[in-house]
Amino acid sequence: MTTLVFAEPHGDAVADATLATVTAAAALGGPVHVLTTAAGDAHAAIAGVEKVLVADDAAYANGLAENLAPLIAGLMAKDDTGYDAVLAPATTTGKNVLPRVAALLDVMQVSDIISVEGPKTFTRPIYAGNAIATVESSDPKLVITVRTTAFDKAEATGGSAGTETVSGPGDAGLSQFVKLDAVESERPELTSAGIVVSGGRALKDGETFEQYITPLADKLGAAIGASRAAVDAGYVPNDYQVGQTGKIVAPEVYIAIGISGAIQHLAGMKDSKVIVAINKDPDAPIFQVADIGLVADLFNAVPELVEKL
Amino acid sequence: MKILVPVKRVIDYNVKPRVKSDGSGVDLANVKMSMNPFDEIAVEEALRLKEAGKAEEVIAVSIGPAKAQETLRTALAMGADRAILVETDEAVEPLAVAKILKAIAADEEPGIVMLGKQAIDDDSNQTGQMLAALMERPQGTFASKVEIDGDGVSVTREVDGGLETVKLTLPAIVTTDLRLNEPRYASLPNIMKAKKKPLDTKTPADYGVDVAPRLTTTNVSEPPVRQAGEIVEDVDALVAKLKALGAI
Ligand SMILES: Cc1cc2nc3c(=O)[nH]c(=O)nc-3n(C[C@H](O)[C@H](O)[C@H](O)COP(=O)(O)OP(=O)(O)OC[C@H]3O[C@@H](n4cnc5c(N)ncnc54)[C@H](O)[C@@H]3O)c2cc1C
Ligand SMILES: Nc1ncnc2c1ncn2[C@@H]1O[C@H](COP(=O)(O)O)[C@@H](O)[C@H]1O
Repeated sequence: MTTLVFAEPHGDAVADATLATVTAAAALGGPVHVLTTAAGDAHAAIAGVEKVLVADDAAYANGLAENLAPLIAGLMAKDDTGYDAVLAPATTTGKNVLPRVAALLDVMQVSDIISVEGPKTFTRPIYAGNAIATVESSDPKLVITVRTTAFDKAEATGGSAGTETVSGPGDAGLSQFVKLDAVESERPELTSAGIVVSGGRALKDGETFEQYITPLADKLGAAIGASRAAVDAGYVPNDYQVGQTGKIVAPEVYIAIGISGAIQHLAGMKDSKVIVAINKDPDAPIFQVADIGLVADLFNAVPELVEKL
Repeated sequence: MKILVPVKRVIDYNVKPRVKSDGSGVDLANVKMSMNPFDEIAVEEALRLKEAGKAEEVIAVSIGPAKAQETLRTALAMGADRAILVETDEAVEPLAVAKILKAIAADEEPGIVMLGKQAIDDDSNQTGQMLAALMERPQGTFASKVEIDGDGVSVTREVDGGLETVKLTLPAIVTTDLRLNEPRYASLPNIMKAKKKPLDTKTPADYGVDVAPRLTTTNVSEPPVRQAGEIVEDVDALVAKLKALGAI
């Protein structure tokens, strides 16, 4: 059984999410090939990858699912060189493209796996991570998205895969990429940072959020996250949201400031190694998962913490 | 233009799900059930498009047990014009849901099918994308803004790197994210009126769709529970503890 990994677009470099997905793919037991829409060299260096497929047609450059899905489904379905499984990280790209591939192949996708238990058996969180389901697929081919925090990253170097250019039907003529309003930041990326500092509704507004959360994150070299309430209220952009329906993080240290700990928020961070919570309400549910809790007014405690670190 | 809005009956988002001790699933007996929150956002968006004169009719559809009628009545009370219940007691997977929706779309010819991005019970996040593939139509997933312009629809999408805008030809499939709108509450008079709005009942067989599952759930278990931690007295103790754990 040969497995295809659809690489997370990341310029010409390899995304950490792709490395974790390669580890999940390797657990299926067969050779692993990687499909990228960028240059293939960096991907060819990933340890354990046998071949890199490069789809450099402009139709694939912006991640449009309408164009990418037929390409991937076509590669999967080939009689001689087809694939038994395709995996992608459960990023917004993977979540957008892979179900479309699954439907084209008449396969039920297995979403957001956290372990590989057998050739067709996986575990995945359901109900915002309040339950873990073990599921077995009866489909002839597997289409899988991977919760990347649950898998170690494959080594980015040491491999020497061959590369091959592939093409597909190209532009389906259904959709057009208009623009990406990217949030530029010098900070570590939220989903792969070692330390994450997150702020909630208690931070009042964008300015206050910046004034209290940023110095702490700077001091720790941390990424910044937020609760849905903070994002909805416009303190920070949408891609800061941690949770069931935002980003899933599992850093060494997660510091939740002025966040109550709703189940939807916990779903995105409760696999962090050390959880720290600062909240003025001793009954806030966040304290039930925190390793270290401080019951205090954040507007006093956070500046003091920045000073004493 | 018609807008088709699939709404799923799920455990209320305020309820903490309990895993059954025999590992067979999550206990839903006597648990509050509601419309999937993302679907409320989808209903709201469809109604706003209708109110703006961009659509003529909003049709809600649910695939599920007889009780999913309640979910449809909620959609009708919010303002949807009519509803279709595709009744089954089986748990229908996203692929089969997409096939049923495709058949309904073939009858109704909606300009937009507006779904939630994710059902908060199975957390699959796939039905809309699958429907778009089966219908060979474009998809605007995780939408935080939807604008009909001319013969197309412009969708702003919440993506990992920020906000992406795509332009789609119509008909199109849109899935909603949290920031698209704030759903309205149904007023009492509208709840009363909704009882008289048309609600058709069908079965998966009426659409010729086989709903046999492709995935077998062999076990459902509790996630590992975290050890309760320690409440520290002050910031000094917090710093000391962080250092002791080697966290910083
Ligand atoms: C479908 C759906 C999906 C969702 N997805 C997500 C998701 O992905 N991520 C997510 O985060 N949420 C999500 N939510 C929302 C979630 O249910 C909560 O509403 C949200 O997480 C609350 O954010 P919060 O903790 O910042 O705000 P609140 O719950 O209002 O908590 C604020 C906290 O700050 C504390 N506080 C106030 N002032 C101070 C002070 N001066 N010092 C210290 N502490 C203070 C309060 O004690 C309180 O505990 C979702 C909800 C739904 C319905
Ligand atoms: N049984 C169902 N009935 C109606 N709509 C559904 C059903 N299942 C899924 N959907 C729609 O598909 C969306 C995504 O669901 P899922 O792919 O299961 O996460 C939901 O928000 C609904 O809009």
